[in-house]
Order: sequence, then C-alpha cells, then structure tokens
Amino acid sequence: MTAPARPVSVARGYRFELVKLFAQWRIRLLVLACWIAPALFVAAVSRQSSLPVDTLFGRWMNATGWAGPLVMLGFAGTYALPLLTSVVAGDVFASEDRLGTWRHLLVAVRSYRRIFVAKALASLSVILVLVAGMAVSSAAGGILAVGSRPLVGLDGHLLAPADAAGQVLLAWVCVLAPTLALAAIGLLGSVAWGRSPMGLLLPAVVALAMALAQMLPLPVAIRLALPSYAFISWNGLFTSPAQLGPLLIGIGVSLGWAVTATALAYLLFLRRDFTSSTYDGPGRRAITAGALPLAGLVGIAVAIIAVSTPALGSGITQDKVQDSLATAFAHLYRLQTAQLNRPDVTEAQQAVTAACTKGGDMVATEGPGNDWRCVVSWRLPGVEATGSAIYQLDITTDGRYVADGDGPKEVNGYFQVRTPQGDQPNPLWQFDGNVELLPTHPKG
Amino acid sequence: MDTPPAVRARGITRCFGDVVALDCLDLDVATGQIHGLVGPNGAGKTTLLGLLLGLAVADDGSLEILGTPVGRALAAPDGVAGFVDGPGLYPSLTARQNLAALVALRGRGARTAGIDDVLDEVGLTDVADDRVRGFSLGMRQRLGLAAALLARPRLLVLDEPANGLDPAGKKHVHGVLTRLATQGTTVVLSSHRMDDLEALCSEVTILATGRVVFSGPLSKLSTESRELDYRLRTSDPEAARLVALDTPKLRVVEGSEVLVVRAPVPALDELVVRLVRADIAVREFAPVVSPLEAAFLALTDQQETGR
Repeated sequence: MTAPARPVSVARGYRFELVKLFAQWRIRLLVLACWIAPALFVAAVSRQSSLPVDTLFGRWMNATGWAGPLVMLGFAGTYALPLLTSVVAGDVFASEDRLGTWRHLLVAVRSYRRIFVAKALASLSVILVLVAGMAVSSAAGGILAVGSRPLVGLDGHLLAPADAAGQVLLAWVCVLAPTLALAAIGLLGSVAWGRSPMGLLLPAVVALAMALAQMLPLPVAIRLALPSYAFISWNGLFTSPAQLGPLLIGIGVSLGWAVTATALAYLLFLRRDFTSSTYDGPGRRAITAGALPLAGLVGIAVAIIAVSTPALGSGITQDKVQDSLATAFAHLYRLQTAQLNRPDVTEAQQAVTAACTKGGDMVATEGPGNDWRCVVSWRLPGVEATGSAIYQLDITTDGRYVADGDGPKEVNGYFQVRTPQGDQPNPLWQFDGNVELLPTHPKG
Repeated sequence: MDTPPAVRARGITRCFGDVVALDCLDLDVATGQIHGLVGPNGAGKTTLLGLLLGLAVADDGSLEILGTPVGRALAAPDGVAGFVDGPGLYPSLTARQNLAALVALRGRGARTAGIDDVLDEVGLTDVADDRVRGFSLGMRQRLGLAAALLARPRLLVLDEPANGLDPAGKKHVHGVLTRLATQGTTVVLSSHRMDDLEALCSEVTILATGRVVFSGPLSKLSTESRELDYRLRTSDPEAARLVALDTPKLRVVEGSEVLVVRAPVPALDELVVRLVRADIAVREFAPVVSPLEAAFLALTDQQETGR
C-alpha cells in the first residue's frame, strides 16, 4: 500500500505564489511605480511655488521634506491603496480561475488550507512591498528635494525632524490596518466571484463607497465604525497630545474587518467545487453570506462605539472648534514671532482664546461647514491691550479644517516671511487644523 | 503476491446537485497498462479523471489507487500525476520556469529533478526559455505532460493529451506514453480521437451518462460490436461487387469504383477469402469508421435510447 502524498508546506506554497505574482508584468510595473513615482512627484511638487494646499500638509511641502510622504499618504488612502489591493489581493484567487490552473495547483499542493494561507500571505507581502515603496520613495523625494526640517503639526506645534520622521513612519504603519482590511475584502471578492471582474473591483468599490460615506454628515459612531476612517485618523498623530482615541478605534475596526473578511473568504474557499471548470463564483447566496457578516460587524462596531464614547452627533462642537483653533493659533503665533525675529512669547503667556459662531443665529453651532467664523484673542507680556484676529473656518465632516485669516492683515494677512529656508507665507494666514471627533476631556 | 491493479473502483457514484455524473461505476486498470476512456460529452470522463487525481471524492462507492483506498479529497497517493481540462500552466513564466516552480513546490532541487530531461523527452528543449504565453495548444499539452513526468508517476492521468498536437507531436507523445507503459507506469487517458486510442490503448472503457457500457480489450470490442462498414477498392470493381453480393450476411451499401460493404467481422473475413480465390487484387480494405468509433456510436446510442 502507498501512503497518501503529503501536502506541500506553506513556505513552499508561499514561494510558489510569489514567483507567480512577480512574473506578472503588471505587478513588476506596480512595484517599480511605487518605488520611483512618489519620489519624483514629491520632489517635483516641493520645488513648485504653487503647492497642493487642499491636501493635508500640502502647504508645507516646500518647507520640509516630511510633508511630502504625508501628502502621498493622503493620496494613497483615497486612491492608490484601494487600487493596489484590488490588483493584487483581488486577483490572487481569480487568476487561477482565469488561467484554468486550480486543478493543477490542488494536485500539486494537496491542501486547501495551505493554498489559501500561501496565497493570502503572498498577496499581503506584495502589498507591503508596494506600501513600503510609496512611503520610502516619497520620504526620500522630500528629503532630497527640500531637506529634513521641522514639520508644523495640525495644532501648529513644531515637530523636530527626528520626531517628524518617527510620526511619518508611524502614520504609514497605522494605514497598514485599513490596507489589510481592503486586502481581505479583495481576497473575499476574488474567492466569491471567481473569474468575474467584480472580484477584482471589490476593494476599490468598497473603498469608494466608504470614502463617500465619510463625506456625508454621519454620526461619529458610524464614521468610526467604518474601516476607511483609519485612512484619516492618522491625522491625530500630528497634534500634541496625539488624538489616539480615533486612531486606535480605526485600527481596531480595520483589523476586525481584515480578520472577518479573511475568515469568510477561507470558508467560501473550502466550500468551493473545484471539479467544475466553468465555475463563476458560488452564486448570490454565498455572496450574501459574505456581505451580511461584514454588515453585522459595522452594526456591532457602531453599538460599541456609541455606548463607550458616547459619540452620536457630528463630533464637531463649538467648544472643540474653539479649543483647537486657539491651540493652533498660539503655536503658529510663536512660530511667526520667531520667523519675524521678535522676542519669544510662550503659548502660556499668550493665553489665547477663541470665540466661534456658525452661520449666524439660523443654525446650530456645531457640525461641518464653511460658515464657521471665529475671533481669536491673545495677550502679550507687558501689553495691556488684548490682540484679536478673525478667521473663517471651513470644517469638513472628518473634523479637518482650513482656517483662513480675515484680518487684521498685519497678523493673519498674506505676506512673505523670510526664513532660513527661503521666503514662506505668513504661517497665520492660512493653516490646517483638526477637531477630534470623539468627546475630549478638558486639559489640565 | 499479486500486484494490485493501479485503479480499482467499485460502485462509484458522484453527483453534482441533481445531476448524476457517475452512476455506480466499476473500473479496473491493470498496472503498466494504457487505458482509454471514451464517452460523449457529459458522460462523466472528466469527473472520473478528477477522482483519480484526488480532486474530488466519490459520494458513494470505494476507490483504490495504487493499492491505497482514497476516502477524502486531495488524498491521492504519491505517484499520481496528470491533468484534466488542459494542463495548468502559468503564461507569464517560461516553460523551464513553470517546471522549476513545480519542482521547488515539491521540494526538490531544479538540477536533480531532471527538468532538462523531461523537456527533451517531450521535444520542447528549443523553446524551454520562451514564455508559455506564446505557446500553441499542442506545445502546452506537451509541457503539461512534462510537468506530470517530473513527478515520476506510477499512475499518469491525462485528459485529451493529443489535443492540438500536429502529427509529429502526436507521434512524439505516443512514443513517450508507450515507453512509460513498458517501464511499468499505468496511463489512463481520455480522448475523442478514436485513432489515438486504438493506436495507444490495450484496453478501453466506454462511458455513457455516467455508466460503464463497455470495458475491456479493443479486440473484444470489435467482436461485440454490430455490423461494420468497410471500404473496398480492388483491381476489378464489377467482379468484386458480384463476389460481395454472393457473400453471406454481407450487404453492399454503395459504390461503383469503390464499394462500401456492411457486415459483421466474420463475413468481412469471408469476403477477403472469396476475393483472393477469384483472383481479384485487394488494394484497400478499411473501415469507414474505426471499430472503436463504431462501437462507441453503437453503445452510446443504445445507452441514450435506453434512458
């Protein structure tokens, strides 16, 4: 009697999958693009006088090389990572259907579980190589074009180059969590739809739907319960203290999605019939069986967040906007003072306060909108009078805002400030800020 | 102690939903034999080959491969190789890379695995470093065979291995299979090409609607089958026609210069004897369709009609 053949080890299956993936010209092209294009983009944009100020940290691209990788991170979260996960994870199972190689693979490996694990690990490895490429390349482009200089955070405080580098690295690492979630959705789509293009498109479609959802005025609990929020919540790393609550929730939700979607993909894979060469997916019932648990996961996450935080409204309240603006103004005023070679004034000495209204008396003073108007007041040592300046705020649903100086022009008007790195716009003229959506505790 | 058969199936049933792909099938394939599987589309050939490769497991019945009972999917014993529904090849890899990846998967060194030897054996040495994307169907079939040979199989399962092969390629592949059989490897192959099966196989199994309608040597098939149509070309067509009309149990179906006669095998033998006695030179005497094909058509027609 001959013993049944032993299955191939996961390590060998993993190498086999990597060989197949890297033999595809589109994967090679993606790797090349992810390791080269960001550097060229960041270097080119950083040297321009017109900067992408609509993108977070875009206005600082010619001031520090650490702004470039963050601009790239914002772009990656919205466009690049959903597409990359689609091409890699969304195709890793479907490609065997397209090529008609399932039976060959099964006879060679002799284990469904090991094939699944090898494929999941190989696609994950390729995605990590691509993400690492974007991070390293954009950072290298920024450093080479502009240099490693301090970065202005989202509350106006300055991060030393080493701290900026650490936070940039951490931000990219945090974004791996929602990337894993999308990759798992890609695996699920690839298993569920077989050779159908829907499987390939699923991560991109899900990411697009979630990005659209983030633009709607949804309650905070729902916003945070979607894995796409982790593509935004890294912003909280660039305030002092860091806004870790939304960041950790976003990562937790994303990892929950990654585990659930991978488990569903695995179960669908095990139940698949590989004896039919015309397989085109397990049908509507199985696809529903894949979608329902994920919808349930959103419901559970919403309930947990709503109960534990509690965060049922937009999360953008008058007091949080005022606190955020006052903090950012104080830090940036100090920066402006230094750039103008005036005596240093600490944030404590300034005792900045902000008074904000929204849309006059017709609407509630909360929520996103471009109709926020704030008056900032501050004091200077030895001066009796209180300084004041006006800002118009455009706050988006995710809590990010752009503060636009509305006078007096000597304080927050547009003028160039001479810095050791060259002329820069007045830091108090326009700046980015961030309102933490979760309830915050008063600072001591 | 007797050598167990390479394949021993008893009462194998395999269903896909309401469709019965294999219906209480029995099959024995002796070691070192080239065994052909024939049947119309949907007869269950691919399902049976899939069971032999371990891709699926029967819903009912018992299956022993190389003396080992197979009770679950992907549990075929070591020494079973082959392909169903075409060879599984990766078009972005070269022929050599395809084989090397397979060898690495099995944990053997590329040098010791004999990649060059099998490429040479199937006649693909010249294109070993070309990407499979540009290969013709026949070249892919040969590379698929090479991939199976790398496993040094004791049971080789092939689905339509002659698909897309030119005459030279077919001869090459037939040579490889015949050599393997003489070395003790059992080959089970399916084909719609009756001439291929007749040239290669010592035994055939004819399937229809999931059931075995015939299994045994080709010679037995000829005697079991009904009347055969034979084409007859002679030196004197008119005299030959008269002889044929005079031969018992034989009918002249058509013809003037070339006659087509219909009769069982003994009557055909008698016709040849009578033509020789009448000093009529026989220049061609061949079946209009091969005996296997005739049997196939007759048996599968019976089966379909019986349903």
